[in-house]
Amino acid sequence: MTQASAYRDPAVAAKLLARIRATAARAGRTITLMEVCGTHTMAIHEHGLRGLLPEKIRLVSGPGCPVCVTPVDYVDQALALCRLPGTIITTFGDMVRVPGSQTSLLEEKARGADIRIVYSALDAVNLARHTPERQLVFLGVGFETTAPTVAGAILQAQQAKLDNFSVLCAHKTMPTPMQTLSADPDLQVDGYLCPAHVSAIIGADAYTELTARYHVPCVVTGFEPLDILQGVDMLVTQIAAGIATVENQYRRYVKNAGNPRAQQLLARVFEPCDARWRGLGLIAGSGLRIRDAYSSFDADQRFRVTVAPTVEPAGCRCGEILKGKLGPRDCPLFGQSCTPATPVGACMVSSEGTCAAEYKYGV
Amino acid sequence: MCLAVPMQIMEIDQDNALCAVDGVRRNASLMMLDDAKVGDFVLIHAGFAIEKLDPREAEKTLEMFRAIAAQEQAEP
Repeated sequence: MTQASAYRDPAVAAKLLARIRATAARAGRTITLMEVCGTHTMAIHEHGLRGLLPEKIRLVSGPGCPVCVTPVDYVDQALALCRLPGTIITTFGDMVRVPGSQTSLLEEKARGADIRIVYSALDAVNLARHTPERQLVFLGVGFETTAPTVAGAILQAQQAKLDNFSVLCAHKTMPTPMQTLSADPDLQVDGYLCPAHVSAIIGADAYTELTARYHVPCVVTGFEPLDILQGVDMLVTQIAAGIATVENQYRRYVKNAGNPRAQQLLARVFEPCDARWRGLGLIAGSGLRIRDAYSSFDADQRFRVTVAPTVEPAGCRCGEILKGKLGPRDCPLFGQSCTPATPVGACMVSSEGTCAAEYKYGV
Repeated sequence: MCLAVPMQIMEIDQDNALCAVDGVRRNASLMMLDDAKVGDFVLIHAGFAIEKLDPREAEKTLEMFRAIAAQEQAEP
């Protein structure tokens, strides 16, 4: 049995599901669990897990897709930068399709702007090294999993004394938005499947305060089907017993204290800042900005471009969907004017968005 | 976006590792790890090894799965 198939054994899945059914029946009420990672959203759909769980367990998707929660004016700023002569925009693939107020990076690329999809921020640094006559801007979007890689790229650019590499930074952090959601009296989340690879960096202990303050169980959960079912089993067991604690299902990769070297990278290059989340609004201390010591690598400091304030598209329900209050099919635009080919709202834009996943896998 | 792929380290050159999985080979930075060795399994995200697999914990999880599979079906 290979390593991967051991985490996908249908016989174990059946037993876990029977346990979950029995425990959920004991709890005797509808249980709402939120996954806060786009990769979980995709894995849950891909393996058809929602349909396997008892009806009394609702799985809802939270603000776990960094592309989805990035405000439109950030995209507008990237668009303004791509129009500056001599600039190359480098980005992860997900960002290019996100509609700004007028256009998207992909449309600008079709019109001749130099926009390149890279696999790693280090690829952007290498490109800067080989094109000294051009200004390279990397779009720094992502949670704690991704932010240290961008910190590493900035340090590498500094070491190489590059003066043509900078980052347009919109990094965001967990678990602050989960606290915001749990503080919302309109919102009932009974337990969180915590983002696994974010947790590899920040550690399982990062959720202790959330659990203590809101009495909500948190389970750091891996991405294989058995990981997710076991994570659900652990949450439902806590809920049925009336306890709320942090558990770690993904111990093979996640330590309680996280990855100290990655945390040092983050702290060296970035500092916490207030950040706006599409759909959730301004959340204090939920973002990262580039420290003044590295301001020459901050595209926002290096290039002064102004963008007009933006408004969310009319009729779009992404705000409520990102909070798990509504499902994609509750939105009047879903599948009509808003599709993966022509996304209107944030949740349809990224392939990992709640609406994009529902559109792809929903039946 | 936080997708990470488990790969095995094949070669190490300073802070850079050649990693492989299912015939795919990629270079990854080891900047975030303290003590990576050839043969270790690591999680690769956006060109960086972000964490090492703890084989003992992986075995414990798989052992738990085997125990669950061996259980008599529990009825509510």
